[in-house]
Amino acid sequence: MIRLSLTAGLGLYLIAASGQVQTGGPDQPTRNEIAMSQRHASTEPGAAPSEGAAAIRPFTFHASDQALADLKRRIAATQWPEKETVADTSQGVPLATMREVARYWATDYDWRRCEARLKALPQFVTTIDGLDIHFIHVRSKHPNALPVVINHGWPGSIIEQLKIIDPLTNPTAHGGKASDAFDVVIPSMPGYGFSGKPTGTGWGPERMGRAWAELMKRLGYTRYVAQGGDWGAFVVDYMGLQAPPGLLGIHTNMPGTVPADIDKATHAGEAPPSGLSAEERRAYEHLLYTYKHIAIYQLMASRPQTLYGLADSPVGLAAYMLDHGDGDGQPAAAVVAALQRTSSATGELTRDEILDNITLYWLTNTGVSASRLYWEYKGGFFNVKGVTIPVAVSVFPGEQYQAPRTWAEKAYPKLIYYNQVGKGGHFAAWEQPQLFAQEVRAAFRSLR
Amino acid sequence: MTRAWARVAILMGGIIAMSSTSSEQAPAQTRPEGGADAIRPFRVNFPDEALADLKRRVAATRWPDKETVGDTSQGVPLATVQRLARYWTGEYDWRKCEKRLAALPQFLTKIDGLDIHFIHVRSKHENALPIIITHGWPGSVIEQLKIIEPLTNPTAHGGTAADAFHVVIPSLPGYGFSGKPTAPGWTPVTIAKAWATLMQRLGYKKYVAQGGDWGNAVSEIMALQQPPGLLGIHTNMPATVPASISKAMASNQPPTDLTADEKNAWDQLTFFYSKGLGYALEMNNRPQTLYGIADSPVGLAAWMLDHDARSQELIDRVFAGKTEGLSRDDILDNVTLYWLTNTGISSGRLYWDTAQLPARGGFFDVRGVQIPVAVSAFPDEIYCAPRSWAEKAYPKLLYYKKHDKGGHFAAWEQPTLLVSDLRAAFKSLR
Repeated sequence: MIRLSLTAGLGLYLIAASGQVQTGGPDQPTRNEIAMSQRHASTEPGAAPSEGAAAIRPFTFHASDQALADLKRRIAATQWPEKETVADTSQGVPLATMREVARYWATDYDWRRCEARLKALPQFVTTIDGLDIHFIHVRSKHPNALPVVINHGWPGSIIEQLKIIDPLTNPTAHGGKASDAFDVVIPSMPGYGFSGKPTGTGWGPERMGRAWAELMKRLGYTRYVAQGGDWGAFVVDYMGLQAPPGLLGIHTNMPGTVPADIDKATHAGEAPPSGLSAEERRAYEHLLYTYKHIAIYQLMASRPQTLYGLADSPVGLAAYMLDHGDGDGQPAAAVVAALQRTSSATGELTRDEILDNITLYWLTNTGVSASRLYWEYKGGFFNVKGVTIPVAVSVFPGEQYQAPRTWAEKAYPKLIYYNQVGKGGHFAAWEQPQLFAQEVRAAFRSLR
Repeated sequence: MTRAWARVAILMGGIIAMSSTSSEQAPAQTRPEGGADAIRPFRVNFPDEALADLKRRVAATRWPDKETVGDTSQGVPLATVQRLARYWTGEYDWRKCEKRLAALPQFLTKIDGLDIHFIHVRSKHENALPIIITHGWPGSVIEQLKIIEPLTNPTAHGGTAADAFHVVIPSLPGYGFSGKPTAPGWTPVTIAKAWATLMQRLGYKKYVAQGGDWGNAVSEIMALQQPPGLLGIHTNMPATVPASISKAMASNQPPTDLTADEKNAWDQLTFFYSKGLGYALEMNNRPQTLYGIADSPVGLAAWMLDHDARSQELIDRVFAGKTEGLSRDDILDNVTLYWLTNTGISSGRLYWDTAQLPARGGFFDVRGVQIPVAVSAFPDEIYCAPRSWAEKAYPKLLYYKKHDKGGHFAAWEQPTLLVSDLRAAFKSLR
């Protein structure tokens, strides 16, 4: 059951109490009803008026003690399968990995630390196209900051972007100049995190692209840029196609650059065609590898509702989320490494952050609703989408494939920036926040 | 298994099936203990704690929100799974199923290092034909319970003494009460060999094999291996798709000269390959990642209900109160067996293991069986094999019957039809 309550001064409290049927009875206010009652509380400077359908309402998340205790209780009571019958990860996330994740999650892990980080950020909810859209909105103190809307993906959330907010909004404290500053908007995708869960069909990346344009307009931004990886890359590509007024350009860390003939050949699993450069051939082989590891997406694309275990079993949810691959492995090599990292002075991904993200999915019960995005989308993956506005591309070595400059130039006729960086992977903003922030600064310098 | 051992099993939350190695109920065919090929009697008995824990977990289910469509295109609808959960925690009684199982002679024997569980019921009729019947996924020996009595005791079920079978129903490795492999390699190829060993160990010199789903793969591969004594097979999910059709399907170009039955099969197969394969792909590739089906009874149930579109719709209707070939108890007996033996993942691994075989064809591609084959074609099967394809796939097609009702779980759903087919199919081989 998702229940909402109000606490003076702190805006919305969303309490996810586990163990009950999550269909609100008539006595249970919906998230939307409560949120609407909060519209007078909006105090965001520079935000659109807080009245009417376009109201922007402040938002804070606070999990109930009961929900957190229930989570730990469920983890401790996990019924485990036997060990995989191989010594590698070829059958899925190994039992030993999951046992160790569960042990830490049920004992020393502290969601309240993550919650405190979230509470320190200005967050809002606004209804767009009939759905509550949650977003973080941090304005820079620098007057000419460039507004950017940043999109997460699966199995991600706004948790992926937390470490880049300060470097982007406050560049002078992070090796940048005032002219590098951004006003940052980080929405939760529909069905993800604190955004509403669609109750009908149609919320694919195209519709999200239009919603983000509406969001930026509602926030009073007349010139802005967009950034994304994973599903976020699809959303920004579609925004690029839609070219809403004010969108100056996009930055993607998972670009769709694969030429049509190559795209067809990789999907068919054919040997690399002749005439590829060494770099293109490497990308081709990476794509072949990637397409051999997409069963979990094919499952979400065809039968998301059947994944009841994602809603009912914390370990089931965690394993499914951890089984997202990157260019170096499935589960993602960067995530496997992070599970061994208890802290990082340089902002590298840690075990706590991995669990922050999974716990966010658990507390909001969004495993199935998030998966539905795969069901909604019927388009291509790394294919060329036909974006003709300015595009910047950062290529991370651990991404599913390293888009060659040759392909990027053809895919994006107005390629304003292309750079291959030395480290980081699929979860670029999460894995290498400093590097990622530098890339975003460099990417959009020419558009300011 | 001693009582102390059973307690440990309970504490570990693992397999709680208790088998007795005492000889008190050992039937005549049981061999002396101690040998590598010993056949030990087996009884099912789960402790009350396991059943109480199951109900507690089902009652504490945390649900996802409802699907965003008005049909089954996103998976098993929330309403069905909630009805199932209500029945599971309410009226449903596993002990009734356990009692049915306990009434059947069951055994364990070690083959290739793994304990193989099987039901073995001998007919009182002297010239009964031995038959080994193999279930599939998401099935178990529960699927076959209804056909045991009509097959072994035909005179009480509209048949003659000449229709009698001795029935052997094993649990696949990783399924039900068989052992769980701890290393890769158990595929239909090794299982087929193991079944031949089992029949030999039981002293059967002439026998037939039957199966659907994985049971079909095992039976067809037995037919390819042609172990001494195997006279023929019967399948209710035959692999008959001609190579030319498979190729046309890969390029999505339907031939223009298909008959009505062939066109129907084409449509069913293209639907399955485009929309219905998600679960199989996941188990082909990442069975271990499905921790949620080990930990969540409802997660397991939904996963098992989503096998194929027609079966799933049938189950939707059953839980909505309609009377069909399967009852709510049938469905929950099978799911509960998977839960209590914690075999959601170990059973799914059969897909992974099979996917490692070199040069495997499609699940429904012709395998080249040369021995006699009998086919029952059910309209709601993943595809209803046309007679024209069956004739080409099996040069020694003994028998072909297309039914006007029934689906993937033939023995479970339409036991009478299947029994009548088996009697007719094998008449000429006796």
